[in-house]
Amino acid sequence: MKIVVCVKQVPSSNEVKLDPKTNTIIREADKSVINPYDKFAIEEALKIKDNLKGEVIALSMGIPATEKILRDAMSRGCDRSVLLSDKKFAGADTLATAYTLSLGIKKIKNVSLIICGKMAIDGDTAQIGPELAETLKIPHITDVSEIIKISENEITCRKINDNGYSIIKMVLPAVITVVKDINLPRLPTIPGVLKSIHASFEIINAHNATANINRIGSTGSPTQVIDTFIPERKNVAIEIEGDIDKKIDFIGDIIKEIMYNGRIDN
Amino acid sequence: MAELIIDTKKCIGCGLCIKSCAYNALSLANKKAVVDDDCVFCGSCIKSCPVEAIWIEREIVEIKDLTNYKDIWVLIEEDRDEILPVSYELLTKGRELAAEKKCDVNALILGNNIQKKFENIFEFGANKIYYFEGSEFNEKLDEVFIEYLDYVCKVYNPEIFLFGATGFGRSIAPKLAARLNTGLTADCTILSIDDNGLLKQTRPAFGGNLMATIICPNHRPQMATVRSGVMKAYKVIDKNRRKELINIEAIKLQNKKTELIERIIEEKTKSISDAEIIVSVGKGIGSQKNIEIVQKFADLLGAEIGVSRPLVDIGWAGYEKQIGQTGSVIAPKLLIALGISGAIQHLAGISGAQTIIAINTDPEASIFSVADYKVVGDCIEILKGVINKLTV
Ligand SMILES: Cc1cc2nc3c(=O)[nH]c(=O)nc-3n(C[C@H](O)[C@H](O)[C@H](O)COP(=O)(O)OP(=O)(O)OC[C@H]3O[C@@H](n4cnc5c(N)ncnc54)[C@H](O)[C@@H]3O)c2cc1C
Ligand SMILES: Nc1ncnc2c1ncn2[C@@H]1O[C@H](COP(=O)(O)O)[C@@H](O)[C@H]1O
Repeated sequence: MKIVVCVKQVPSSNEVKLDPKTNTIIREADKSVINPYDKFAIEEALKIKDNLKGEVIALSMGIPATEKILRDAMSRGCDRSVLLSDKKFAGADTLATAYTLSLGIKKIKNVSLIICGKMAIDGDTAQIGPELAETLKIPHITDVSEIIKISENEITCRKINDNGYSIIKMVLPAVITVVKDINLPRLPTIPGVLKSIHASFEIINAHNATANINRIGSTGSPTQVIDTFIPERKNVAIEIEGDIDKKIDFIGDIIKEIMYNGRIDN
Repeated sequence: MAELIIDTKKCIGCGLCIKSCAYNALSLANKKAVVDDDCVFCGSCIKSCPVEAIWIEREIVEIKDLTNYKDIWVLIEEDRDEILPVSYELLTKGRELAAEKKCDVNALILGNNIQKKFENIFEFGANKIYYFEGSEFNEKLDEVFIEYLDYVCKVYNPEIFLFGATGFGRSIAPKLAARLNTGLTADCTILSIDDNGLLKQTRPAFGGNLMATIICPNHRPQMATVRSGVMKAYKVIDKNRRKELINIEAIKLQNKKTELIERIIEEKTKSISDAEIIVSVGKGIGSQKNIEIVQKFADLLGAEIGVSRPLVDIGWAGYEKQIGQTGSVIAPKLLIALGISGAIQHLAGISGAQTIIAINTDPEASIFSVADYKVVGDCIEILKGVINKLTV
């Protein structure tokens, strides 16, 4: 069985802090890592391969430096990886990203299952999975917390809902997105790391992917970011000063007052 | 393709644009600013440049005739035969947007046993209710809803379509967006209409303290999801409002690819979304055993405990306790925040709190910018004192 895992490179620290004096952004040392949710996706693919045999391919769209996280994926046990990389892919929103990833999957051919993370921590949209499925005209299940059964042409999953869970059976090929309760990812092994250093590595540009130029990058993105700004804060806090006993007294009094006036029963 | 142009003649290499870029797409080379592939053309750098050396050239796209698309639509979502509050919140927001656009707000409801709910949907502001009644929706399978949504969008041409950012909404909305080849913005916290009548969709971005405003100028519908509790719902009394009911056609569903085997409802234990008093704790409480002290304090007040995300990540609390953009949105009368820095994602969950007391060792912590009472100090030490005071 051929399984594709979609992995995204994200900054290791997603904290973007603001310098309150100059209103400029202070970035902490910016290392790139595999999107944490995608590690669970990789592990789930490897578990399936352990049982059913087959091939696990890590797929990403990103700048050339994404190679590093794809080699990381291979050191964990992915057989090979494919990187969609081209200046023309730049500025892609989720729809254009999903389309571009779908081209990679078509190139890989005969893929039975595509596993995505629940969401990417730098964007937190959780849209790629369902959009990718639709672009490929196949079904999907989001928020999968367990694969109960899988065969060559069918998968049964446990899907987390807002108020419980569902067991859903789905025809393959299909896309699933996984939550972090699904497994405990294995660590890279030393032989794995050694192998990954020399593993073959495929980079596909827009031309080789036979991309429709109108569907990739910023041109293919229906949405446009038109502004980024610092949210306004109300900044009206009354500061409780004095020594610790004063503070304790004050807090105790406020709590009593609110609970009494607000008529909140204990 | 859009292109960010930096005029090297004008650029003085001051680096202000680099500092303004949240996407880390700018750098200096030979004392001039250069841009790389990470640029999303948000325009922050343009505002930051003191010498007007930066601008964006967007490819002139063929202007499509989009006048056929009209009205604001809301998908009504139900759970166990009850309309979810988020659907009413969207109707209220939709009404506000519609007043600006001078258009209608339409509700789409697909389900069983829906007739008795029409009255409520109208009360929250719908002008028209499009509905289809049938048992095929009971299983809440994406592919059934998608076919109906696709049909509705192609026949009635909505200009704007709003969905609750529920587990269900976050699964079907992107699938529909891809089907219709249009844009979708997840988890919006502000929706408004710009001068051109476009939907301005604002959402928190970047783990940090930034908001991004997004538009979808050339594709329809403009789609957005909004989390429960982010907008407020209220009824309208407007006797003259035109109200219409439209029964949409049945759609033949061809060989389905998914099948529901079983659906298990887990009764929520007391949820923090409904709590009147919440004691929230973040990484600043230091160690796991301090949670016992917090619990004691919470018991004393009859409060629920809520946490910031790192505490869920390290396993000190369950996900159901998480407050924020990716957790629960809360609206208590009193919130006591202990050792929480106040990241934007966290703040996204607490704007509904009436009174906030924040305790933090860092006088500059962002949490203080939304608090009513600011206490600088060690939260555990202070907490122990307050427990003493309240128990004597
Ligand atoms: C896409 C995305 C979604 C997210 N969603 C959420 C979400 O839904 N909810 C959420 O909470 N976070 C969310 N986060 C994480 C968020 O960005 C912050 O990392 C997180 O809220 C920080 O938690 P914290 O305040 O507990 O920890 P920190 O930021 O580490 O803050 C700890 C605070 O404790 C103070 N402190 C230290 N010692 C003491 C002491 N003894 N007494 C008092 N104060 C002390 C420190 O001064 C500091 O301000 C999300 C992030 C991303 C990228
Ligand atoms: N550029 C990308 N390359 C590969 N996979 C991606 C990319 N962007 C998103 N994904 C996948 O889609 C999931 C959800 O991402 P998102 O919709 O951006 O929150 C991630 O966990 C990845 O599995």
